[in-house]
Amino acid sequence: MEIIHSDVLVIGGGLAGLRAGLAAQKRGQQVIILSLVPPKRSHSAAAQGGMQASLANALKGAGDNEDVHFEDTVRGSDWGNDQEVARMFTHVAPKAVRELAAWGVPWNRVEAGERTVIIDGKPVTLTESADAHGLITARDFGGTRKWRTCYVADGTGHAMLYAVSDQTIAAGIPVHERREAVALIHDGERCHGAIVRNLIDGKLSAYVAKATCIATGGFGRLYQATTNAVINEGIGAAIALDTGVVPLANMEAIQFHPTAIFPAGILVTEGCRGDGGLLRDVDGHRFMPDYEPEKKELASRDVVSRRMEAHIKAGKGASNRFGQHLWLDITLLGEAHINHKLREVKEICQYFLGIDPAKQWIPVRPAQHYSMGGIRTNADGAARGLRGLFACGEAACWDLHGFNRLGGNSVAETVVSGMIVGEAIADFCASTAGELTVSTALIRQCFERAQSEFAAIANHHGKESASLLLREMQATMTAQVGIVRHGEAMNAAVNTLQDLLLRSRDLGLSGRRSGADPELTLAWRLQKMLKLALCVSYGALQRTESRGAHFREDYPQRNDADWLKRTLASWPNSEQTLPTLNYESLDIARMELPPGWRGYGTRDAIEHPLTAGRQAEVEATRAALASSDRHAVQAALMPFRHLLPAHLRGDNARIGQHPGENA
Amino acid sequence: MITLFRKPKPGAAPRRLTLHILRCNPADPASKPYLQAFELEEAEGMTLFIALNEIRATQDPSLQFDFVCRAGICGSCAMLVDGRPALACRTLTRDYGSDITLAPLPFFELIGDLSVNTGKWMRGTAERLQTWIAQSEAVDLDALEARMEPALAEAIYELDRCIECGCCIAGCGTAQMNENFVGAVGLNKIARFRLDPRDTRSDAEFFELIGDDDGVFGCMSLLGCHDLCPKELPLQTQIAFLRRKMAVTGLY
Repeated sequence: MEIIHSDVLVIGGGLAGLRAGLAAQKRGQQVIILSLVPPKRSHSAAAQGGMQASLANALKGAGDNEDVHFEDTVRGSDWGNDQEVARMFTHVAPKAVRELAAWGVPWNRVEAGERTVIIDGKPVTLTESADAHGLITARDFGGTRKWRTCYVADGTGHAMLYAVSDQTIAAGIPVHERREAVALIHDGERCHGAIVRNLIDGKLSAYVAKATCIATGGFGRLYQATTNAVINEGIGAAIALDTGVVPLANMEAIQFHPTAIFPAGILVTEGCRGDGGLLRDVDGHRFMPDYEPEKKELASRDVVSRRMEAHIKAGKGASNRFGQHLWLDITLLGEAHINHKLREVKEICQYFLGIDPAKQWIPVRPAQHYSMGGIRTNADGAARGLRGLFACGEAACWDLHGFNRLGGNSVAETVVSGMIVGEAIADFCASTAGELTVSTALIRQCFERAQSEFAAIANHHGKESASLLLREMQATMTAQVGIVRHGEAMNAAVNTLQDLLLRSRDLGLSGRRSGADPELTLAWRLQKMLKLALCVSYGALQRTESRGAHFREDYPQRNDADWLKRTLASWPNSEQTLPTLNYESLDIARMELPPGWRGYGTRDAIEHPLTAGRQAEVEATRAALASSDRHAVQAALMPFRHLLPAHLRGDNARIGQHPGENA
Repeated sequence: MITLFRKPKPGAAPRRLTLHILRCNPADPASKPYLQAFELEEAEGMTLFIALNEIRATQDPSLQFDFVCRAGICGSCAMLVDGRPALACRTLTRDYGSDITLAPLPFFELIGDLSVNTGKWMRGTAERLQTWIAQSEAVDLDALEARMEPALAEAIYELDRCIECGCCIAGCGTAQMNENFVGAVGLNKIARFRLDPRDTRSDAEFFELIGDDDGVFGCMSLLGCHDLCPKELPLQTQIAFLRRKMAVTGLY
């Protein structure tokens, strides 16, 4: 048995994992990063449209600051998120953008003078100030009150990932590529690293570390129609679930992106609508203003996706031989804009649809896009249930996003949470709690258990096919646990998935191949993915309300009175066919922004009995501090800076007060 | 450049495709490379991503290949399609005949079948050429960012769009003869960091990295890289420009 030691083991080589690894390494910890693929091929590269940070450089960002970003994020989450975490995040996001700028990310910049943009379908002339010339600019995105999304054309994730990945190379951090963590080494209380499979030769080794951080991204591949890369199978979350002691939170909170090209499911960025693109139906009619007079195409993603599906159901979908869809029209943005700011979109349309988006409309339909849920952590990124285990990025439920994430907040979360969690990991390693006290017997036991898991599949010779079961799971999830949910359909889905889980214990491989046989890899992952699918569907079935992206026809109202709480799914016994669900309440008494209407979508929430009282308290505090600056008011309502590493607590600089800004 | 699609005639029966795939499993010492033919029915809008996954799901679950984003942005799936390096995920079968030959990219270490280890080579090249913004002092995270001309930021992004897919290396005459050649991917990165004012290295320092036959002077200007780059990077002009600058730097 090969044993590899480090202080910190980061599982996942996307933006979150790389940034956390860098933070820990800069504090003197020795870091190893594992990655399924070369890190620059991670799904972070697919983030197109941009990263939210309240720099307020561009004219349409005037007056923006952490407060506005915070409120947009909480409203976006449908009050399902952790408000302290949202504060930490919005405070650090400008620092993260500026750090990335120094690391070489070629953010698009403000150009002083007049320019024409498309707003609400019409050309509008904006005059950018000379003060802001050369600073980082921003575009509009859904669910935001200011133009806040910093961007590099529509290759933002790519540029960020390359810059951060290059920094890890500069720092000499080893990335062990084509490695998959298949089990955590733990004794039920403390995590000591992971058992890792080499995806080239199929061999297992033990990686022993003081601290382990899971940053493996989301699990979109549970669904048939998804924008996610093929590697987004959620195995990082699944091995945490397998411990039986680490809960996954809010797994039912799944985001569907409005504009995936139909039927391939490839994403075209929200920047298309942010820059003025419109959604049209079979008649060419722009339908979103009919449903959402305030935000139109730029309501939050859950709302737009739902309105689109409803419009299709009302018979207004266009159709091609694959089925029904709607149109995304960016022709009004003009060829020059598309060539410079939406070039990935242009390439995708050319190669996958054979159309020129400057001249033709793009067929789109919502598809699975993001997992708000994941490994439940505290504000430091420490996972619940096992000391020494951390998680960040999409794999975690740090709980920035609640039940709906705003566009531009996820790629921002990767780097921001990496900066914060990486420091917490370094603190842990440097503390006495971080001392490594693992026994070789425990390592061997975990190693042998993983070994026997693979051997059991390889030697079983059962009658089921992994690829068929996988397809059935994906079809079930898309059809029955999708954008519009209903108890009956989800009940059927839970039954189907339980059946698939049992059948997945009777797999037969068609042959044996030396090395990391892809068939064995798929068969092993299938069992893990089915458990995640059950966490999603069973959690969704039990949550008898609608909140953010979780929308139920049979319970269409948001119900704060009964459901202002987080679902915690765990799997204490491997023989179970359903997760064990527990719930943790969100504390209204500590909320800076008590529950209310989001400003878009339906306005029919069932109020929590404590909401009015907290709202009155907040208003009284604001009134009492009317002459204080906004930071003092904020600190009185919900202090958060103490939760941040010391070097990330400072105020963010902005160019002079813009006219009309409310200080 | 817009790919012109071969539109199927309405009502015509779908084509039968034969994919001839070069198989080899280095993990098995007895394995010898051979071409294996797989037949399948063409579907509307079928890409090689769809075709290869269908073959793996229904005909041979041991077939090895690499896809990640399947949207032409991550660079994982470069392979030889009828002898020409290309991104398989965005290659539509209807642009090809009914017999298509697939082989792994040459030059890179073979993992198995169509899967090659581009990642290992790219990391090695990044270390060798130090392709990062060298930071002399810590960034003040609370302060305004340094300003940059909007046009310069766009020009840097133009070169930053490289996805390290390896097509340029696979199509490079020099790389076939000199395995130490850094290729268009390496030279383009130097051009990118040279253009970036945040990188404080001088031309003399860049000369130390690429001022020899393994670097910019090894290029024979065959420019297969330029023709094959899936991101249509301006490799021809960048290499020529860099060679002029490095020649001048080397002289003085």
